[in-house]
Parts: sequence; C-alpha cells; structure tokens
Amino acid sequence: MIRIAWTIARRELRGGLRGFWVFLACLALGVGAIAAVGSVRGAIDDGLAREGAALLGGDGELRMTYRFATPDERAWIDGFAAQVSEVVDFRSMAVAGTGDSAERSVTQVKGVDAAYPLVGQVRLDPEIPLSTALGGANGLPGGVMERILAERLGLTIGDTFRLGVQDFVLMAHITREPDGVGGNFGFGPRTLVRTEALANAELLAPGTLYDVNYRMLLPGLALDDARATANAQFDGAGVRWRDSRNAAPQVRRVIDRVSSFLVLVGLAGLAVGGVGVSAAVRTYLDGKTNVIATLKTLGAESRTIFAVYLMQIGVLTGLGLAVGLGLGALVPYVVAPLVRDTLPVELDIVVQPRAMAEAAIYGILTALIFTLWPLARTESVRAAAIFRGAAGDGKGWPRWPYLLVIGALVVALVGVSAAFASVPMLAFATAGGVIGALIVLALAASGLRVLARRAARAKALRGYTALRMAMGAISNPREGASAVVLSLGLGLTVLAAVGQIDSNLRRAIATDLPDRAPSYFFLDIQNPQLQGFLDRLAQDTNVTEVQTAPMLRGVVTALNGIPSREHPASGHWVLRGDRGVSYSATLPQGAELVAGEWWADDYSGPPLVSFAIEEAQELGLSLGDTVTVNILGRDITATITSFRRVDFSTGGIGFVMVMSPQPISAAPHTHIATVYAEEAAEGAILRDLSNAYPNITAIRVREAAERVTEALSTMATATSYAALATLLTGFVVLIGAAAAGERARVFESAIMKTLGASRGRILASFALRAALMGAAAGLVALAAGAGASWAVMTFVMETRYVFEPMSAIGIVVGGVMATLLAGLVFALRPLAARPAQILRAQD
Amino acid sequence: MTESVLSLAEARLTLQGNAGPVEILRGITLDVARGETLGLIGPSGSGKSSLLMLMGGLERATGGQVTALGFDLTALNEDALARFRRSHMGVVFQSFHLIPTMTALENVATPLELAGRRDAFDRAEEELRAVGLGHRLDHYPAQMSGGEQQRVALARAAAPRPAILLADEPTGNLDGVNGQAIMDLLFGLRDRHGATLILVTHSPELAQRCDRIIRLADGRIEGEDRGATYKAPAKAEAAE
Repeated sequence: MIRIAWTIARRELRGGLRGFWVFLACLALGVGAIAAVGSVRGAIDDGLAREGAALLGGDGELRMTYRFATPDERAWIDGFAAQVSEVVDFRSMAVAGTGDSAERSVTQVKGVDAAYPLVGQVRLDPEIPLSTALGGANGLPGGVMERILAERLGLTIGDTFRLGVQDFVLMAHITREPDGVGGNFGFGPRTLVRTEALANAELLAPGTLYDVNYRMLLPGLALDDARATANAQFDGAGVRWRDSRNAAPQVRRVIDRVSSFLVLVGLAGLAVGGVGVSAAVRTYLDGKTNVIATLKTLGAESRTIFAVYLMQIGVLTGLGLAVGLGLGALVPYVVAPLVRDTLPVELDIVVQPRAMAEAAIYGILTALIFTLWPLARTESVRAAAIFRGAAGDGKGWPRWPYLLVIGALVVALVGVSAAFASVPMLAFATAGGVIGALIVLALAASGLRVLARRAARAKALRGYTALRMAMGAISNPREGASAVVLSLGLGLTVLAAVGQIDSNLRRAIATDLPDRAPSYFFLDIQNPQLQGFLDRLAQDTNVTEVQTAPMLRGVVTALNGIPSREHPASGHWVLRGDRGVSYSATLPQGAELVAGEWWADDYSGPPLVSFAIEEAQELGLSLGDTVTVNILGRDITATITSFRRVDFSTGGIGFVMVMSPQPISAAPHTHIATVYAEEAAEGAILRDLSNAYPNITAIRVREAAERVTEALSTMATATSYAALATLLTGFVVLIGAAAAGERARVFESAIMKTLGASRGRILASFALRAALMGAAAGLVALAAGAGASWAVMTFVMETRYVFEPMSAIGIVVGGVMATLLAGLVFALRPLAARPAQILRAQD
Repeated sequence: MTESVLSLAEARLTLQGNAGPVEILRGITLDVARGETLGLIGPSGSGKSSLLMLMGGLERATGGQVTALGFDLTALNEDALARFRRSHMGVVFQSFHLIPTMTALENVATPLELAGRRDAFDRAEEELRAVGLGHRLDHYPAQMSGGEQQRVALARAAAPRPAILLADEPTGNLDGVNGQAIMDLLFGLRDRHGATLILVTHSPELAQRCDRIIRLADGRIEGEDRGATYKAPAKAEAAE
C-alpha cells in the first residue's frame, strides 16, 4: 500500500507547487522566525561559554560581601591559584565641580589592583594602557569611566572628579570592559580606579555596601574540583564561588527568558501559519475531489488515498521546513551586526543544530495538526462524487481516531514548547492563550457568517445592492471568512495584547508610580551621619515623608539547616545572591503582619526573624522554621516568628528579612532612607546631602523608573517585531484566501456586469466585504488582546488595567487596511474581465 | 447466456436534496447475463447514470438488493467496494476522468498497480497499443484530444480484464467520427475479453449494437427491447 501510495503521490506532485506557495510561505515564515531566534540565542550562548574566563575575569572567583579577605584567607587564595586579582565593587556618587554648580551621578565603582585584568583587556579611549591611566597625573590618582557618565558630569579628559572625598583625574573613557557584565547588576555606569587610591575616600568604611572579588587563574585544575576545595575551605564564611562556566548568569538568564518568550511569540506565528496551511490543503483537496473519486472508482481504498495525500503534504512540509531553516540560519547574519554593540560577547554565527531541531519539531507538529483535519476528510469523498459533483463531500468532522491524533499532537506541541522554554509556565500560558484565541476567533468567524447571512436576507438591506452582495459573500463558506478572521485575528491579538500591556506599563510607571513612590533612595548612611541627615530633611517643608532602616547585606546559606545550594528552591532569587537584611525592635512603619507575632521591644534572646509572606510561601517556609544568614562572614541562624506583607511595587523600603536587633545591630552597618519630597525641592536636597555626606549614594527613583521603562520598551519592541512576523504570516494567509477566491469573483463580476452592475458598484461590494471581514478580525483581536493584557496587568503585574484607545484604534484600522489591500489587489482581474469571455468558458 | 453476473432486486435510491428527499430509482429489478451487452436508455433525469452507479457499487442502494458476481454490494463498505471494483469492474465516463498529473501509460497502469500487478506497465502499454495510442504513451491528458483521452479511459477500464465493463455515455463528449471509433473500440474490447458490457447512452446507433436495451423513465423500468430491433424515438426526445 505504501509503495503504490508513494507512486501515485509522486505523480500527483508533478502538477507542481502551484497553489502551494501559501502553504510553503506560512510554514517557512513560522519555522524561519523560530529558527532565527534560536540561532541568535545559540550564538550568544556559545559566545558566553567561549569567553567565560574573560567575562568573569579569571577561571574562578571567590566573592566576599562587605569585607576583604583576612590575611589567612588571602594567603590560602594566593597558594591555591596561579595568579590572583582583587577587585572591589560598590555603588557611589561621582561628583564633578563644587558648590551649587556641582554635577552628581550614581556610578558603579570598581577598585582594582595591578594584576587586573587577569584575562582579556580593558580598552580605553584614548588608547593608553590601563596602568598608565590609573597612575593618574598632577599628583592625583587616575580614573577611567564610561563616556556616558563623563558626559553626564560634563567632564572632559584631564578634568577632576570626586569619589567620596578623594579627587581623581579622568584619564580616559572605557570602551570595553571584559568583565563588565559578570558582576552585580549595576545602577550606574562604570568608573574604574586603583583600590589603594580609595583608601582615603571614606567609601569603604565598615558597614558600607561593597563586594570584594578574588579572581583566580587556575591552570590545570578541574573547575569542579576547584569549587569543591574552595567551598570546603570557606564553609560558613559567606564566600561565594563562581567560575568561567557561568560567568554572566544574569546575561544568560535575560537571554534565556527573552529568547524563550520570542520563540513562544514565534509559535503564535506558526499557529497563524497553520491556519494558512490548513486552508491551502483544503483548497488543494477540494480541487482533487475528482481525482480522489476516480482513484476510488479504480479500486483505491480510503487509507491508500489518505496516504497519497499525507505523503504529498509530507514532501511539501519538508520543503517548507528546508526553506524556513535556511531563512533561520541566514537571519542571524543580518541581525548580528544590529545587536553586536548591546552584547558582551562576539557573535560567531554558525548553524545551531539544537535551534534548527527545535524549529523543525515545531514545524512538523504544526503542519500535522493543521493538515490532518482536511486530509481526514478525503475519506468521506465518495466514488459517486465523480457523477454528482463534489457538493457535500469532504465536509463535516473527521472520524474520532483522527480527532484523537490531532488532540495528542496538540498536547505534544505544548509539551515540547514547555520543555524547550526556560519558564514552562510561560509556555503553558502562551499555548493556552493561542488555543483560546483560536477558539474565540473561530466562533467569531462562524458568528460573522451567520450574521452576514441574516443581514443579506434582511428587508432593510433591499436596495443597497453592494452591501447585500458583500453580506452574501461573507456568509459563503467558500469566501474564506474563517481563514481571514483566524489568521489576521491571531496576529492582531498578539499585537493588541503587546500594545495594551506596553501602554499600561508606561502609564503605571509614568503616572501611577510617582504618586506613591519616593523621590530618592539614599544608601550607605553611616550611623553617626543619620541624625544630621534626618535633621536636614526635617527642616525642609517640601519633604513630606522620610523612612529609614538599618541595612546589612547577607547571604542566605541555609533554610532549616539545609544548605541553600542543596535546597529544592535553590534557584529562588532570595537564595541566589546577597540580600538586604534589616533589624527592628518594633514593627516597621507601614508593615502589615499577616501571621505570627512581633518580638518584644526589649527582646534580647536568640535571633528571630520576620519574613516576607510571598517569598516565604515560594520557599516553603512556615513559622518556627530557621533561616541561616551569613553576615560579615558569620552565620546567624534565626527562627521565623512572623510573616509580613511587603509591597515591593511602591518603591518604598521593603526587606524580605527583618531580624530582632540582637546580635546584628552590633555589626558594622549603614542605613537606607527613602525621601518623599516635592519635585521642585529634589535638586536642593541632593546637593545639600551630597555635600555634607560625600560617601552617601543617592538614587533618584524617577531616573531608575526611566531605566526600567527603557528596558520594558526594548522588550515591547522585540515582542512587536515577533508579532509583526506573525502578522506577516497572517497577511500571506489573507493573500492566499483572496487569490483562492479570485476565480469565483471573476465569475461573479461577469454575472453582475451582465445584469447591469457598474464596475464601481462591483468594486464597492468587493471592498465592503474585505473591510467588514478585516474590521471583524480587528474587533475580535482587540477584545482578545485586551482580555489577555487585563489578565497580565491584574494577576502578573498586580496593577490596575486601563483600556488604551489609541493602540486599539490602530489594531482595527490595521485589520481593515490589510484585508482591503489583499482584497482589492485580487479584485483587479475580476473587474477587468469581459462577461462574454467568462460566461462562454463556463458553458 | 443463462448465468447472471449482476442482479438487482427492487433496488431503490433516494438522495437527500436541499428541498427534501428525492427518489431517483423507484424499485428496479433486473438480471444481466454473463457476456451480455446491455444498453440503458431514457430521457435526462430518468435514472440511467444512477442505475449504472448502483451496479458499479459507486452509489449505495437505499433499498432492495444489488448482487454482482455473487457479492451483495449493498452489504460492502466503501473500501470493500473499491477492492471489488479493482478486481472485477472497469468504468468508462463521459468526461473521461483521467488523472491530469499522470501520463497515458500511468493512468492505465494505476488500477493494475492498485491490484498489485507486477506487470502493470507492460499490460498498460499493451492495452494502449490495442486502442491505437502506442505513440502517446508518455503524453499527459492535457496534451491529447478528447477522442484520444476517451481511448485512454477505455484502455484503463479494460486493462485489469474486468468481468463487467460499465460505460456512462462514452461518446457523449465526442464528435460523430470519434464517437464511432470509440464505439468500435468498446465493442471490440468486449469481444476480445468476453466481458459483460453495460452502457448508458443517448445514441440510437450505440443502443442498436447492444444485445438488450432497458428503457428507463422517472426512476422505473419502462420497457425492454432487443438491440437489433430497437428503433430510435422521435428526434426531439433523442436530443434531450
């Protein structure tokens, strides 16, 4: 059976690919988009792995929080590694000028020794050696900084700037910092100085927030062994190990998430393509009814015929996949130069087998899901169709085994996308969204046809010939209203959802956040500075509120005695890096206790801790559990006695962990403050406080919010591009539907002309039906997109949703324009056709 | 000619139309003997083609019984009917119904391939040469005239050496000269292979060459004639 089916399939394929370009384009576009995203991601991953040592600044790194290594520790590190470089990293204010005209800006300072960098090279503009640059000039130590920071401070090369109370000469701009992305997320652009030059800057006082990283070259040592040895040596000392295999975890995480998300948007595009694929196969098989009936007359069984067409679709799918994968392999060559500057590594574009395999699997599953339905209906084409015509044959639902297989394939597709995605829940949500949207759109398309049928017969439309004809055409199943609404609708839904979410987020940040967020965060306020700091603010009538809290940093090393590295929730953000820890004798102002009790004001027993409820639930913590936090190299185990609700979205002070004052209040620490003030007074507050306390870092919330907006905006743009690929596929489907209906419209036009209709009236009818279908697709997409964004804003972002009319109008107008364009291009031939010619040919 | 290869007992066919059920055949009882040539004639809409479809198992009777070569066609499913046809029946259509993507040779070989014949192409070529198309083996239907296409269709129907040959107005789409040639070929094939031939026709000449003629009207058998004695009805009716 297989052999004869293949023989017949091969002969059938001689008919050429005419009528299959929509099939091929849809599949190739969807597979190509996914393969392209995967290829770029693979190239970045390869780059991160290849340049891991340079990104980290060594083969391995030991990070200490708040402190330098003790002489004994340093001696051990020197003996362990072939070469060591000590790097201090902290946030500070860079100041240019003095008095009222001084410019200030937050910067991420890196203090380095002579051995830095162990791997890679710092590139400067002008191109001078780093050691020369940091050597300084005119008796002052040298510093280098990113150009953007220098411009912000109004500095040119040779000018002086200040960190804390130490002056530096700006010797050069940093153009490339090999280990720029490996460390903590920086709030400001980079400044690089010698650590020894910071000795008199009063910035690295006990309790201030800084990290010290010991980068090591470990030739001939397996990294796993090195890690085990180091961990054993520093057990309980709050020292963290990193090595070149995971040099830039944040970059990798961001790339993973963004690419997973884009692949999922690409899958939505593939679903749109699936609609086109299905429509193309249906049209093809409609044209083959006679052949199928003839084959049945000649003795072919149903399964042979099913196999004949499945094989043909298989060949076409293979072709579509090949074109798509080729596109996917080529696109990175175009994209790489555009994203090169934003990436920390060089992109070496090669064919990524994993990305290609992922895209191919998606393509095959999608092609099967969307073609099995029309293919299954070849069964119901009877041999008698050859005599009676195709009417009624090949319609209706396929038999249950086919439906079961289609269902299983959908489950497989969702499962595969969840397995490939870095966040499986995102895959499930996207799959749910796409399936839900397809169902809503299919129902809407059916509803539209029913409404159009009723409207076409309504007495009210008598006399409006163009409108009545348009309604009649839309109600006709062969007009392709379903394909148009489904394909265009899904693309527009994604775009509508992105537009609504983007607008809402911008509004939330631009309008809502400043209403309740403070003007400034002040960090690193020393104990002796606190009173003076508060006094300055108390005098200012423009300051509406000031909150302060003591702040230490610690690493959560164990939960209930289970080391964080081995804990089932080891990937949770609370366990991943350094966390801020506060202490308080009383329940902090504005905090809401949701379980347990606060300790007594004068409590001085074993350490107790109040934990943020949401994070505690995610970590599986209950009252009475213990949390071990390493602060300044000392493990402190505290018992959880209460849970608090912490709202991080307000921008106010929120700590996951607030401890009882003993014993951590005795440790060196600083204070954090939030200041709520009128916008007009913000400049004066910053100037006064920075002048009085040069070591304090001020972060303007408005600027931080703007950075977040920029990041979100980039994400929205990337999503929009992916959605545009979806829309492009939708447009291909539209054109396919319009092309498929062209012959019918030529005939319709010939009849109408014969009956006396002018070309204008016929054109109006064609335009009306296209516009109505586009408007319907746009409106349904808008409703679905608004629903999806409401869900995202309400449940994920936990903020209010407001319908944004401008992007909404764009969606509906876009839908109308797209269908009009496709419809009118294919109206030209029908309008030009001569009735006699057409009608004679039909006889 | 006493052995019956095809018999219908009170066979009925009712189809569901938009305006309700339509009775196409209203109880046909008929026996066809082995080797017999039977002509089905009648005005348009009388049920000739539908009766032929019932006999070929292309349409399922909604009442009564249709038996061919001992098989109850009303009891077989679509696939079993397909297998029955490829072993025992050949069908020729007015519109030829060649598969456009296949050459003449491949069109004729297809039923033989479906039947699993290893010599499908040799037999197909033999049949095409027999109908005078030895020079058209690798031509596609679109590259051939109507008469040539119908000859390919005849070769395709005859190639598996079916016991029963069904022809639905085989000359209906052809001019007089080509129609005559096809008639000669059809009866020649029947003589060579000894098949039972049942044909639907409007052509009096073709009907007169049959052993027996069944006249249908309004889904019923109206009468029966010997082919040689058949006289064509008035011109207006024949032209219908």
